[in-house]
Formats: sequence, structure tokens, C-alpha cells
Amino acid sequence: MGSTSAQNNNGGLGRRDVIKRSAALGLVGIPAAGFLSACASGGGGSDDSSAPKKTKTSAKNPLGVNATAPLDFVIFDGGFGTEYAKDANEVYNKSYPKAKVTLTATQKIQSQLQPRFNGGTPPDLIDNSGAEQMDMGVLVGQKQLADLTALMDAPSVDDPSKKVRDTLRPGVLEMGQFDGSPVWIMYYAYTVYGVWYSQTALDKFDAEYPEDWDAMLALCAKAKKKGVAGWTYAGKYPYYIPFSLYPFIGKIGGREVLDAIDNLEPNAWKAPAVKAAFEAYYELYKKGYILKGTPGLDHIQSQTAWTQGKALFIPNGSWVENEAAKTTPKDFQMKVSAPSSLDSNDKLPFGTLWASGGEPYIVPAKAKNAAGGMEQLRIMLSEASSRDFTQKVKSLSSFNGGTDGLTLSSALQSGVDALKKAGDNVLNPRLQDWYVELQKQKIGVGALGEMMAGRMTPAECVKKCQEFADQAAKDSSITHYKHQ
Amino acid sequence: MQHGKYRFIVGFLIVPLALYAIFVIWPFVQSIFYSFTNWSGLSPNFSVTGLDNYQRMIHDSTFWASFRHSVIYVLVLPLIVLAIALFLAFMLNVGGRRKRGAAVSGVQGAPFYKIVYFFPQVLSIAIVALLFQFLYNPESGALNAFLSAVGLDSVQPEWLGDPSLALWCVMAVLVWSQVGFFVVLFSAGMASIPKDFYEAALLDGASRATTFFRITLPLLWDTVQSGWVYMGILSLGAESFAVTQIMTAGPGGPADSTNVLSLYVYQKAFRDGQAGYATTIGVALLIVTLLFAGGVLRVGRRERLEF
Repeated sequence: MGSTSAQNNNGGLGRRDVIKRSAALGLVGIPAAGFLSACASGGGGSDDSSAPKKTKTSAKNPLGVNATAPLDFVIFDGGFGTEYAKDANEVYNKSYPKAKVTLTATQKIQSQLQPRFNGGTPPDLIDNSGAEQMDMGVLVGQKQLADLTALMDAPSVDDPSKKVRDTLRPGVLEMGQFDGSPVWIMYYAYTVYGVWYSQTALDKFDAEYPEDWDAMLALCAKAKKKGVAGWTYAGKYPYYIPFSLYPFIGKIGGREVLDAIDNLEPNAWKAPAVKAAFEAYYELYKKGYILKGTPGLDHIQSQTAWTQGKALFIPNGSWVENEAAKTTPKDFQMKVSAPSSLDSNDKLPFGTLWASGGEPYIVPAKAKNAAGGMEQLRIMLSEASSRDFTQKVKSLSSFNGGTDGLTLSSALQSGVDALKKAGDNVLNPRLQDWYVELQKQKIGVGALGEMMAGRMTPAECVKKCQEFADQAAKDSSITHYKHQ
Repeated sequence: MQHGKYRFIVGFLIVPLALYAIFVIWPFVQSIFYSFTNWSGLSPNFSVTGLDNYQRMIHDSTFWASFRHSVIYVLVLPLIVLAIALFLAFMLNVGGRRKRGAAVSGVQGAPFYKIVYFFPQVLSIAIVALLFQFLYNPESGALNAFLSAVGLDSVQPEWLGDPSLALWCVMAVLVWSQVGFFVVLFSAGMASIPKDFYEAALLDGASRATTFFRITLPLLWDTVQSGWVYMGILSLGAESFAVTQIMTAGPGGPADSTNVLSLYVYQKAFRDGQAGYATTIGVALLIVTLLFAGGVLRVGRRERLEF
């Protein structure tokens, strides 16, 4: 046998040599690092617009859709299902019978579409929703989305004298804007946030929804005596608390307070309205009005406890009707209300409500048939399609109207009523779509959740929220937005 | 005879080596490169930002929380799992009352227990996590129901909702789901230890503890060591990610009390659209993993016994 040091008693290759050699192999790769951009993130194609030639526009075809171009539509297959989109596809096919429409349903929006964005071949229309939603702030920042202004200015399907933008519910258009006038996102569903309750449960205490905080506390005290908790919430996802807390803050201190918070202004969280609202909610904890164990419940578990009558109120959004349907008793009479008044000094009247768009639809900038994607959206925003949507998925759409003559469930009807009562006082806090990490992980889990579990006082919570907001404001790696 | 030996070996290994280089080494090199960029992961455009990501990481409190938890995982989890598994395997193979004709035997019903212990391994980790989530439900879960059934109404922990308990709750799930595999692995290892060793020891009047520490453990050392590495990888990688993602508040909470590096990488890349920064955290994870593997190999180096 030889005499090299590579030999050890086993006669084979020493471990050290293997390591040395694999390290050498790794080094070979490094000079090639220049080519890296051609790999995982590459293949993006050139930046010059390769948009297809525009077809002429007409009254019937205001967006200039190429009648033969295929339409590639990817939809999030979640609580709303895909039926309503299939129906809308049929309408599209009626106008453009030669166009091949492909509808892909998935729950993995991000993992399916991120490579397509990277590769420069995104679909024509995307319902960017669900847990795997792509960050739209980033998409806008990276110029990956098409401006939907053409769609907004197109005549609506039902009334050619009305532009699409004038048929939408309040706040929907603004939500689709990030900086300046371009509209990047079309939110198709319309969500009402607030305090959800069962009329049947309140009837047991001879109560109506308490319109001010003293009445709320009194009702909770009454319920506690009978072993029913006042409130519960998704303790493991405390970013559900803002669904009733933010409009409460806005109601107490006015729209400006919420806008300042969204704009990440210094000391925005130190506004007296924030502290007052926090203290009111903290009192629920202090007086033992919150269902025991709530901090360990997830959204489904808390909703189930609520539909079982263990707690009266829960902060939530209008999807809860569908989500909790399985555990909801028939005579539950699910309803939503705007947050109660704190006292008579509140800036906005009772009824002030958080409502905003859900199911964000986007058309990628590099879509081959962007006009087709927009046309499909225009069809979906017609009264007929909107009614179809409301009937099928029990949710309002962003089309303003389309509910007359439909028999609505108690929850949906209460949403419609709440919107009517709110009138112009519809608030739209943006933290949850502008700064996802700040809203969920920091303020939600890191501050509000801690306060409601009693591990933080309201004063500490205010301080913590401000700290988190300041960090986000300073962080140059995230895009910052301002209310217009 | 030396002449041409390496060429000969490389000739055989060229295909696997090439595959390894393309699918393992190359992505590593790529990720390290991306850790110096501001790539969002959502578009092909990015620019090199030098050490910015690393600077940011050093000042990122969530990163340090995740880092701490990952280190706790990799230090504590293998220890607990392997200790329990060794104990159980010993009891199943050697620890029983002595029967006639056999030098050593397991406790009664050992084959049955072996199968039962292996059950959790059959379930996917996602299902296990979901099931435990029900168990930990503070309001209607089995644990708190049990506590009040034995008269501990005042002790009703919030389990996953309590920052001081949550991490241990999650770890307990991994212990439960992994122990069975190692019981079976160690049982197989113990079966290959010649029975004469035990006979000789028993003749000398050795106690059970002595037999375990003087015979079983040394002869099983190689298996334990690979188990250790395997457990370490598992507690830094996919399994710890899955249970944290599925079970914990937030996920990663409450208040960052359960986040681990693998989950934080995912959150940064896929929730926040900061793939560049995510790979920076990935590099930190790589370093932890290498340190762990190196440590285990160093500590575990012992003389090998041939039998």
C-alpha cells in the first residue's frame, strides 16, 4: 500500500479528504457566480414591452379585447369557491366564442405563480387571495402589475353612461391604489368588519346590541353571572382584534387617527383615542369578561366557542358566516354591528364601520392578454354577475347594489343594514394590506395579543405598537405608503 | 498500485458527483449569492446590496428570538428524544425479567409495544400537529379537561397561548412523534449485540444499569450518533417548521416565543416578499447546522469496536 497521508487504517478515502474535495468542488462554482442571475430569478425577458397589438375599441368592446386571444385566469380556491368565476367565464365566452378560457383553481397562489412572475409568463387575471397571497406592495413596487385605470374608466356593462368606477362600493377604488392615481388592484368581494353576535343569545338577556361602552360592560356583567363570557377572539391570531378595535379607535378619535397610524407617523399610536380604546378593551380582560383560555384558541376554535354560545361577541369579518356555518345552530341569527360608542365625546357617530374590499384581483403587467383580464373583471362587476356571486357565496361584491330582491341570510342582511347606517362613515384602515408583518406579527401577536391576554398594560401596549411602527417606518427594505 | 486509483474512483463517481454538484452545491452557492442582494422573489430584478442584509439581521430581534429557539431545539430535542428512545428500547429488548433459556429478554408484550410506539411515525407531521392543537385547546381540549377532572380547576394553562409554555408544548409534539422511530432503530441495533456479552456480564453480577452503560450504550454508539445527527437536522429543518407553522399563535408567537429559523426564512421569503433577506437568514441557519454536525462528529468520535 502507499504512504500518502490520505490513507488511514481502513484503506479507503479519509473523511477529511472527502470534505476537502467537496469544498474544492464548491469553490469551482464561485467564479461562476456572475451567471447566477440567470438561474432562480432569471429568464425574466427583456423590459421592452412586448404587449400584443391593440385591437380597436368599440362600444361593445371598450377595452379592445382581441377576440381570439386565450384568457388565462388563476383563481384562489378558498371560502368563495370557483363557481362564480366559471359563470363569469361563460359570459366572457358568449362575447368572445373563439377565445379559449382556462380557469385554474389553486390554494397555492404564491408557489404556483411566483415562478411564472419570475419567468415573465404570468397569467392574465389572478385572484390573489388566501394564506399564500403574494405581497401586493412588493408586486406594485416591482412594477409587475397592470394599471387598471382603463377598466375603471370603461363604461359599465349595465349602464354604458356610467363608468365602472362609479358602480363600486365606497373605498374599493382607493384600496386598489398605492401611490398616486393608478389602480393596481380590483377587490371583488366586499367585507364588513365589526363586532359579531347572535341575536338569539342577546335575547336571552333581553338585550339589544349595546350602543355604548357602559351598556356593553353592563351586558357582559349580566352574562358573566350566568356563566357566559362577554367576548372571545382568535387568541392565536390576535390580528383579528383590530377588526372591531380599529374602527373603535377611528370612531373615538376620527379618521385622522387611523390615517396617521397607516402613514406610520411618529407618535400616531400615542393619540388619546388609541389609549382610550385600548383601555376599554383591557377592561374586558380585567373584569373577566373574556372567555377563559381565549389566548390559546385559533380562529376556528374561538368561532366555535362563540357559535356554541359560550361567548356573546367576537371581532370578525363577514366571511365568518361561511366559515362557521358548520357549527352555527339554525336559530343563531348571526349579526354584525359597528363598534359601540365609548362616550358622547366620540368624533364619529354610532354606526361608523370598517368595510373594505376582499379577494384582490390583479392583472399582471406582463400578461399576454391583459385586456382580456380586464374585460373579465368588467363582466364580473355587472349586476347579473354580482347577484350570482352574492347568491352563491353569501357575500357582498364590490358592485354597489345587486342585493335587492334577493333573500339574504341574517348575517348578510345585517351587513347590508350596517353599511346603510354607516353611510359615509366607512373607515378603511390599511395596515393589514400595506404592512403585513407589522400588522400581524408585530402589532397583532406582539402587542395586542399580549395586552388582551393580560400580559401587557394598555400603556405598555401603546408604547410597543409605536416602537414597532417606528421600526417599520425606518426600515428601508419595505415600501412605504401614504393615504392620499 | 496507487497509480490511476483516483481516476478510477472518479470515473465511477462522476455521475453522482455531477448530480450532487448541480442539485446540492449549486443551490447553496446561489443562495449565498442571493443573501447579498435585495431580491424580492417576485420579479427577476434585483441589485447587489453588499452586507446590508447581514447588518439588518444583526439588529433584527425576531431573528435573534428564532435563532435562540433553533439552538434550544438542536441542543435539547435530540437529548430528550434519544434518552427516552434508548430507555424504551432497552426495556423492550434487555430490561425484562429473565426467562428460562434466554440470557436477556424484553418486558412482557414487547413486540406489541414496539408497534404501538411506531404508530406516530406513520402519521404525517401535519396531522400530528393538528391533533395536538385540539389537545392543547385551553377551552375544550383534552389536557385542560383532564386537569379539571382531577380537581385542578384553578390550573387551566393557555398552553400555546402562553409565551412561557408554548415552545415546550411544540417541542413535546416532536418528542411524541419521533421517539417511536428511534425505539425501533435502537431495538434493531440492540438485537445485533451478541447475547454472550450480556450472559457474561450477568454471571459477573452486573446490574441492569451497569449492563446498559457498559455494554448496550457503547456497542450502540454508532447508531446513537447517527440518530443524533438525524434528530438535529429534523429539529432545525422541516419538522420544526411544520409544527411551528401549524400550531403556534401567529405563527411564531405569542410574541415571537416559538419562532424558529426555518419558519422565519419562510415568512421573510413568502409572506414579506424579501427573498434576499430570507436567504441571509438561511445562511445563518446553514452555519448553525454545520456547527451542530461538526460538533456531533467531534464529540462522537470513539474507538470502534468490532464484534
